[in-house]
Amino acid sequence: MSHDHSITPESMPNEPEKATQEGKNKFIGFWFFLGGETVLFASLFGTYIALRNSTADGPTADELFGLELVFIMTILLLTSSLTSVYAMYHMKNNNFKKMQLWLGITAILGLSFLGSEIYEFTHYITGYDFTFRSSAFGSAFYTLVGFHGGHVTFGMAWLIGLMIRNAKRGLNLYNAPKFYVFSLYWHFIDVIWVFIFTVVYLMGKVG
Amino acid sequence: MKGWMGKIRAFCLLGLTAFVLSACGKENLTALDPKGYGAEQSFNLIILTTVVMLFVLVSVLIVYTIVLIRYRKKKGQENYIPKQVEGNKTLETVWTVIPIILLLIIAVPTVTATFNLADNSAASDSLNVQVTGNQYWWHFNYEGQEIQTSQDLYIPVGEKVYLNMKSSDVIHSFWVPTISGKMDVNPENENTMYIEAKEEGVYWGKCAEFCGPSHSLMDFKVIAVSQDEFDQWVQDMQNVDPEAEPEKAVAQEGQGLFQEKNCMSCHAIGSSPAQVGPNLTNFGDRSKLAGVKDLNKENLKQWIMDPESIKPGNKMTGNYPEVSEDEAGKIAEYLMQLQPSDVTPESAGKE
Amino acid sequence: MSTVAAQNRGFGAVLWDYLTTVDHKKIAHLYLFGGGFFFLLGGLEAMAIRIQLIQPENDFVSAGFYNELLTMHGTTMIFLAAMPLILGLMNAVVPLQIGARDVAFPFLNSLGFWLFMFGGLLLNCSWFLGGAPDAGWTGYVPLSVTSPGHGVDFYVVGLQIAGAGTLIGGINFLATIVTMRAPGMTYMRMPLFAWTTFITSVLILFAFPALTVGLFLLMFDRMFGSAFFDVGLGGNAIIWQHLFWIFGHPEVYILILPLFGVFSEVIATFSKKRLFGYTAMVFATMLIAFLGFMVWAHHMFTVGLGPVANSIFAIATMAIAVPTGIKIFNWLATMWGGQITINSAMLWALGFIPTFTIGGMTGVMVASVVADYQYHDTYFVVAHFHYVIVGGTVFGIFAGLHYWWPKMFGRILNEAMGKLTFWTFFIGFHLTFFIQHFLGLMGMPRRYWVYLENQGLDLGNQISTVGAFFMAVGVIVFLINIVYTAVKGEKVVDDPWDGRTLEWVTASPPAHYNFKQTPLIRGLDALWIEKTEGKGRPTPAEPLGDIHMPNSSFLPFMMSFGLFIAGFGFIYQVNHNWAYILLFGGMAIMLGCMLIRSLKDDHGYHIPKDELESEAD
Repeated sequence: MSHDHSITPESMPNEPEKATQEGKNKFIGFWFFLGGETVLFASLFGTYIALRNSTADGPTADELFGLELVFIMTILLLTSSLTSVYAMYHMKNNNFKKMQLWLGITAILGLSFLGSEIYEFTHYITGYDFTFRSSAFGSAFYTLVGFHGGHVTFGMAWLIGLMIRNAKRGLNLYNAPKFYVFSLYWHFIDVIWVFIFTVVYLMGKVG
Repeated sequence: MKGWMGKIRAFCLLGLTAFVLSACGKENLTALDPKGYGAEQSFNLIILTTVVMLFVLVSVLIVYTIVLIRYRKKKGQENYIPKQVEGNKTLETVWTVIPIILLLIIAVPTVTATFNLADNSAASDSLNVQVTGNQYWWHFNYEGQEIQTSQDLYIPVGEKVYLNMKSSDVIHSFWVPTISGKMDVNPENENTMYIEAKEEGVYWGKCAEFCGPSHSLMDFKVIAVSQDEFDQWVQDMQNVDPEAEPEKAVAQEGQGLFQEKNCMSCHAIGSSPAQVGPNLTNFGDRSKLAGVKDLNKENLKQWIMDPESIKPGNKMTGNYPEVSEDEAGKIAEYLMQLQPSDVTPESAGKE
Repeated sequence: MSTVAAQNRGFGAVLWDYLTTVDHKKIAHLYLFGGGFFFLLGGLEAMAIRIQLIQPENDFVSAGFYNELLTMHGTTMIFLAAMPLILGLMNAVVPLQIGARDVAFPFLNSLGFWLFMFGGLLLNCSWFLGGAPDAGWTGYVPLSVTSPGHGVDFYVVGLQIAGAGTLIGGINFLATIVTMRAPGMTYMRMPLFAWTTFITSVLILFAFPALTVGLFLLMFDRMFGSAFFDVGLGGNAIIWQHLFWIFGHPEVYILILPLFGVFSEVIATFSKKRLFGYTAMVFATMLIAFLGFMVWAHHMFTVGLGPVANSIFAIATMAIAVPTGIKIFNWLATMWGGQITINSAMLWALGFIPTFTIGGMTGVMVASVVADYQYHDTYFVVAHFHYVIVGGTVFGIFAGLHYWWPKMFGRILNEAMGKLTFWTFFIGFHLTFFIQHFLGLMGMPRRYWVYLENQGLDLGNQISTVGAFFMAVGVIVFLINIVYTAVKGEKVVDDPWDGRTLEWVTASPPAHYNFKQTPLIRGLDALWIEKTEGKGRPTPAEPLGDIHMPNSSFLPFMMSFGLFIAGFGFIYQVNHNWAYILLFGGMAIMLGCMLIRSLKDDHGYHIPKDELESEAD
């Protein structure tokens, strides 16, 4: 095969992300990586569940959490997952501009989520004096939600880096897997958030 | 040739040494000569599992030996190519099913014994002792009896005694091999186990969970005495007057120094629940000093002046004013005469 | 040809080559070197432990130092010696066995090695910086949280870095085996070592993140004041034990399964027979791996989890004995009716069978909960896990090294010295550890700095120490053998053992592209089939063409170095402000390298067809 990775509408394969050996490797390897990430978050969830009532006379989940903000955050992140699906749809149609547009929207939604989370944490710290060091519950809460937030932050840096790096040269078989793998990552982050929403916030309010 | 012969010889030799050694083991320390209910349960399972597993080992070794004798490459047939066998379903089934049966033979008594030893239903009618693990000593609080003591745990022989155990610092593990298997002593929850000694005696206890530099020096004793002697001991311990003045003048001076040097801020005498340091009510009756040293005046002086030299990392070092040799001697005199009861380790007979 | 070229180059050039290589065969050399170095270090620590215990109340080392020794011996042997040596063998052999030119992620492969190496170095720097970790390799809290000084901080950060490297290695092998098998190499035609590598990598992938989380929690508690394990603030010390053993038990199988693969290869080759019950072996491996995740609490029988949990975990643990037994019997059946050659490699495999059977036997014994109340945390357990880890893993590594040494280095290890190594090590091993079963039952808990006089423990400990010296002699002979072989060893042909699998098709050592033309695989024991039914070599699956190769890179080294620096920053920021310079500086190096890697396209290069044609087969 030629060493050229560029594609034209005619040579566009069905799945550009898996058209090369490197792409295939990335695709498989990343799925495995997400398997490991699942165990990572499962361990954090386990720790959180074990410690969620260990408030040491500090604020409890029920006192802290307000579902309105968390609901908005959930909408933001779920929508961003959907917009990244649109972006991948346009990638498969080799429409680079529309792909970039939808990725841009994904980034804006992701950043808004991050902003809300930072606001949320500040609110707990200043309003309730509830910190990482307050109680075992505090440590577990900030660690679990913070790890997720850290993943979102990394994802944002990754996405924006990808978009800028490839803005001028468009889509090719070399960078298609990179975009695709990012979208996998982003869906994963979204799924984790659904669990956080349920286990941390809903169970904190109801349980 | 030499290969497998050497191996077999090595095995025989090892087996023999092991046999001889297993016959020894120190009485009242070894788990191989059980004298308590829990230890007997464990020992029965140890024997059962060993026998079943030796059967497996021997079968493997027989096949192994035959293979090595019969199928070694022989002179004159270097170019012989053996038949390339794929496998054999019957054989695979056989060596799957037989082990399953063997494991069931082990599993059933294991589960029975596990539930049996975890049965705490009789706890409320029995003697309960609160056990606290500390770096590197043990504290015993006889619940409802107003008795506090450290290092030596007196129990009546033939009775179930329930131990409610918790740690004040890191995780320890309470183990008296001849009486019972071990249980961890955790900082956040209370674990309960019961022990029952079948014979009178002084049994060695050890900490079995890694807890710091003096982990290996955190020994204690379980002293099993007859019910009468135990009742006597309880009475004597309850009647202790913490402020009683010693008879000898040196000891009286020692008592003064004991207060002057602030020993009382950590150590209690009598049934005071304070337990920053070991309770010293019956110190003079202790079977050992600091769990590991012979209890005599010389060793006690050394301990008072420099506990670090006996138990590295202990919590006493540096937490009291300097004590001269003379002063240490006086304090030792005072401590050695704290013998409130006639029931002592000697009453339980051999150590 | 490449070795000759290497010999002609200067030392600097060779060094630079190894620092930047992404070739799985050279990374294998690095892993073997790194793992070997730490193995010797861990061995020295073990000798110090045994010398301290040669007589009662000995004072060869102080209590604090003894605790550092035992902690570092365990940590080093498991994370820094056994794991990398195994990864070394995998790197050297697996791509060859499945007919691949390289691994799926050559860059990550190199990164994995350097992370391990720098993590290990960081951990060992603690010796010179105020004392090594002293809370046991299991690092149980609260002891590890309250341990003074920075020792445990080094443990946390060093293992975190080394663990990340291992995780990367695992993912790399998974992807490699899924996507890079040669045409015709179906899953059920893969050699057993490739299979066990695959299953081990699954274990790494799902086990290590639990350790990662555990280490993060410990790090946060020690360095940033969180309260996971602080009972006063509602924390819970048992969480650490769960996380540690959810990782730790699969880790035991990570350590042993690849060597099951090695023994399967060695036994089949030197019995001149196809592995008996291949399918059963593969599924037994999977079953062991699966059950390996279900049994972690058998390390916690005495914690007070209650009889229900204890019984369930006991039965699950006993169940593992079944697939393990299947394996032992299949190995015996492989040799049955065979034509057995006994050389150094085969000796290790033959020594393994009885030794590991004893280890498995005591494994079932410790699974019996109430009996374990006596065994737990005593020398009985020490004996048990040395029987499986030394008798399985270390014997397996020795078997693998003797077996594949000619493939890796083009020279064959000296037979006489190989046999001497085996016999001294084997006899020393049983002398050291057999007696410890009894020491445990006679009342000697593990991790005891001293034992008292008159407790009946003297003779057993003396025998044990004497045995340890035999083992040390065995290792020294092996080292001499390596040097001797490198200098005077005989050069070998490509297939010195009359092998059965694909690695023996390649040159010894293989060309950096492994296969000039990817081979076509027609069945299990790909080479054996061609020897008995074909032309003696596999048919090429493709015409000769350009070969695509990845570029070397210095970035993996620099990224790991950045983390190494940042690690010191994390450790010392607790009480020194200057440490933030290290922390941010190190992270900047690491992230900067990551950025370069992301932004700079790296398409690799091609070896042109005519160059390949001019090279001999």
